[in-house]
Amino acid sequence: MPTIEIDGRSYEVEAGANLLSACLSQGLDLPYFCWHPCMGSVGSCRQCAVIQYRDAHDVQGRIVMSCMTPAADGARISIEAPEVKAFRAEILELLMTNHPHDCPVCEEGGECHLQDMTVMTGHTFRQYRGKKRTHRNQYLGPFIHHEMNRCIACYRCVRFYRDYAGGDDLGVFASHNHVYFGRHEDGVLENEFSGNLVEVCPTGVFTDKTLSEHYTRKWDLQAAPSVCVHCAVGCNISPGERYGKLRRVINRYHGEVNRYFLCDRGRFGYGFVNSDRRLRKAMIEKQPAVSGEAAQQRLSFLLAQQRGKVIGIGSPRASLEANFALRERLGADYFYAGFGVDEHPLITAIAEIMQSSCARIPTLREIEQSDAIFILGEDVTNTAPVMALAVRQAVRNASFEIADRLHIPRWQDEAVREAAQQEKSPLFIASCDRTRLDDVATATFRKAPDDLARLGFAVAHLIDPEAPAVTDLSEQERSEAEVIAGALKRAKRPLIVSGSGCGSLAVIQAAANVALALPEKAKALSLVVPECNSIGLAMMQGRLLNEAFQLASTGAVATVIVLENDLYRRAERVVVDRFLAEVEHVVVIDHIGHETAEQAELVLSAGTFAETEGTLVNYEGRAQRFFPVLAPADDIRSAWQWLSDAPGQTDWRHVDDVISALAQRLPRFQSCRDAAPFASFRITGMKIPRQPPRYSGRTAMRANITVSEPKAPDDSDSALAFSMEGAESARPPALNPGFWAPGWNSNQSVIKFQDEINGHLRGDDPGVRLIREAGRASWFREIPDAWRVLSDQWLLAPIRHIFGSEPLSALSAPLAERIPEPYLALNPDDASRLEVGEGESVELELLPQMERRVLTVRLSAELPAGVAGIPVGLPGLPGTAFWKAAKLGTIS
Amino acid sequence: MNIAAVITSQFRSLWTVLQHTFTKADTVEYPEEMPALFPRYRGRIVLTRDPDGVERCVACNLCAVACPVDCIALQKAEDEHGRWYPEFFRINFSRCIMCGFCEEACPTYSIQLTPDFEMCEYDRQNMVYEKEDLLIDGTGKYHDYNFYRVSGKSIGGKDKGEAENEGEPIDIKSLLP
Repeated sequence: MPTIEIDGRSYEVEAGANLLSACLSQGLDLPYFCWHPCMGSVGSCRQCAVIQYRDAHDVQGRIVMSCMTPAADGARISIEAPEVKAFRAEILELLMTNHPHDCPVCEEGGECHLQDMTVMTGHTFRQYRGKKRTHRNQYLGPFIHHEMNRCIACYRCVRFYRDYAGGDDLGVFASHNHVYFGRHEDGVLENEFSGNLVEVCPTGVFTDKTLSEHYTRKWDLQAAPSVCVHCAVGCNISPGERYGKLRRVINRYHGEVNRYFLCDRGRFGYGFVNSDRRLRKAMIEKQPAVSGEAAQQRLSFLLAQQRGKVIGIGSPRASLEANFALRERLGADYFYAGFGVDEHPLITAIAEIMQSSCARIPTLREIEQSDAIFILGEDVTNTAPVMALAVRQAVRNASFEIADRLHIPRWQDEAVREAAQQEKSPLFIASCDRTRLDDVATATFRKAPDDLARLGFAVAHLIDPEAPAVTDLSEQERSEAEVIAGALKRAKRPLIVSGSGCGSLAVIQAAANVALALPEKAKALSLVVPECNSIGLAMMQGRLLNEAFQLASTGAVATVIVLENDLYRRAERVVVDRFLAEVEHVVVIDHIGHETAEQAELVLSAGTFAETEGTLVNYEGRAQRFFPVLAPADDIRSAWQWLSDAPGQTDWRHVDDVISALAQRLPRFQSCRDAAPFASFRITGMKIPRQPPRYSGRTAMRANITVSEPKAPDDSDSALAFSMEGAESARPPALNPGFWAPGWNSNQSVIKFQDEINGHLRGDDPGVRLIREAGRASWFREIPDAWRVLSDQWLLAPIRHIFGSEPLSALSAPLAERIPEPYLALNPDDASRLEVGEGESVELELLPQMERRVLTVRLSAELPAGVAGIPVGLPGLPGTAFWKAAKLGTIS
Repeated sequence: MNIAAVITSQFRSLWTVLQHTFTKADTVEYPEEMPALFPRYRGRIVLTRDPDGVERCVACNLCAVACPVDCIALQKAEDEHGRWYPEFFRINFSRCIMCGFCEEACPTYSIQLTPDFEMCEYDRQNMVYEKEDLLIDGTGKYHDYNFYRVSGKSIGGKDKGEAENEGEPIDIKSLLP
């Protein structure tokens, strides 16, 4: 490791780093704007200047930009020299000449990198007396507010939006100090990661519109360590609460999972917590229960009445604790998983492959390092968005190799991009319809699911001849498979990505075969599942939903307890209607109202992720704990509390007891105890406060109700406190509500919590992997026949939408604006055969139920002939992909 | 120590005390007699209006965070033209220590302390003041300042480029200097 001397002291720094990240890694303060730990250096803002001395005798030195200078062994620099301090103050003064007098009415105020850096450089007095340049703002959609006057032209926004996230509708306009960052005209920012502009922008040009609706400064937000519940990636988030309402969600760095960025679904989908559709009171026969206890007694009564005739339906969006409590209360034989009727076999298969195969399950950081990726049948941007962002970075590995050959440091962002030109690491996407990663793909293949699987099996056979071969491959399929297999064989760190996205078991098995065929050390397989705890629930091995329906039809079910699940999203309407009619007593435990809850005799109000503690298992089998950010009000209790509070049932008093019981009962969950410290954890005898030390209004917030301040809500379930008092330092990352360091009020303060820049959190990244690769898996040998277009019926392939396919985020008002209208995607040739055009109606006759639906046609040139795309989860459409085929016709 | 100096000091002190017998008292016989309070006396807090008669508070929360006893709570709201204002503004005077930090922190001269300290109540709940109790009709001690005339944010009646020291909005389609 090189040693450099900073202001007379020697430091050992990371090899190959630049001076800026070397200084920041050592905990030194150095102001910067255009540099971002994840996006490298461009040297445009001139703020991070330091003095570099030639040798030990040089006393004068020269000013260099630390972000553009390698930290070479023996370098001598000074951050504190008066000349360079004055230089930095002047640069900042120049950047500030046009900055408006806006801080009091700016949403960024209080967590503004520009404010922090201004204070750090000591610039306090404006000398500039000229006129400030002004700009008109743009409408950028429901998520982002635009205030261009505040811009300091660091270019971070476009570098993130275009270079990092692959967007193309945000650009730079005009020249010199007139530069303008915006769209070519007013309109919605299209990229799925636009919300990150809020955190990427060092000042208040791009701010969170949803936060502004109920604005609260960062110092007033009560926060908690939490995990996003809107997909299976399990990004770490820091939700903020004030006056009993969830106000916003920001990123919480995790070294292996989300790192710096969230998707817009995760960031803006929190509105359901504050929604009118929340179930806040327990309801008995559609009337509010007298008390929570009364509802509890009713549940106990129902359970005691018909022992052996009570079944429970779990949920992939409920925590491990909630599902386990239901399973324990009723017994494993009476526990049904609650996956969609079509997705149950897929997710079970995925969980089995993950647990049995010796393929590595890469983290997102490892995905970013892959040098050849084969995506089979999954539109990752819409099913696991942040994973797509990682895949997008992975294709840059070819440019890093070129840079290494030319001895260009990897952090020299512009130079690396210039050297690489269009060179990309191979990325092959085989899917039913176009995907949002096509723009960086080496080649894309559009096929029906069965053909996708055949392509996968063929690739596996070409890599390892022991893998089962596909018979009757067409010439074209063979050459496609050869291209993919060749690239995967040449790669050092290949990766296969697939999942339940296209609703085909054969596709998942084909992907597993390809991963298994790869050389011993290079097997890597990411399988995407739809929901935040799909893997956790699959590992709990509940029974099939269809079996519950059959059991009910024999009259063997008297009571069903539906846990955080809307059955109408999981199976055909007629089937669910019949089931709910056949069961005598329907009990729903959920936090949000839905059709199933409307038909329930007893509704018990559970807490959302913002009010309860629980553990979720993400796509890679990582158990991560989330903690309540607000104390539950009304009758809201954790689902496990509703299920366990009955007298004499269990001795569970705290969530830790549930976790311990789970680890004891099901050994594969053994290590989930270690996902976060238990409630007894203390730092020098203190709990960890959820509120920042500057939390305001403590003695006035509730003074309109009563002037006597109530006792702060007690949280006996965790080591966190609903208070501003407690341990301020040495917090374990799993219990850290958010990032803040003295002088670093913005989320950029995360650099003070990393072991090195872009590294892991000090004290280890939160969560624990439940699944360790072990054993040798066997080949899957059931290769489907080539798919044939049928003249009178269409195969319905599921299309997933980042906005709309996931039910909870869809309840968030700003996000609802982005949900497309229900439609049916058709190949233009098929459409003309049916004599329908874009926007016209087509009638579906669903097979085999013969139910009829009318949908508007959307043309999609890339869909294979004979395949129609059906968006999942949009209003009126199935929540999982249980519509398989349909006859289409014009409306007669 | 010189014994003479000690004795002299004792007599000098006695003389000084005796002198005060003939000077005018600084205290007054409150409440029979009202004290003369200066305009900058730190008493009851008010919210003022700008010279145009619109409430000055922009709900920036700086007073709340500066308050050492955390007795100020408010919530930002925004009118249809982008102007920020407090949806509610609450001061719990039963906690207030009249330190004046809120006034110092206020970037708009909205929150001001006044020379009034007579706020006794039998019921502590009556010490909780809401915005309608706090907002006065005048500008208080600072007559001319209007924050939105300086700020770059456009509000109803003030477009981009119309604030003090602001140039016309840039035509971004032009590359001319």
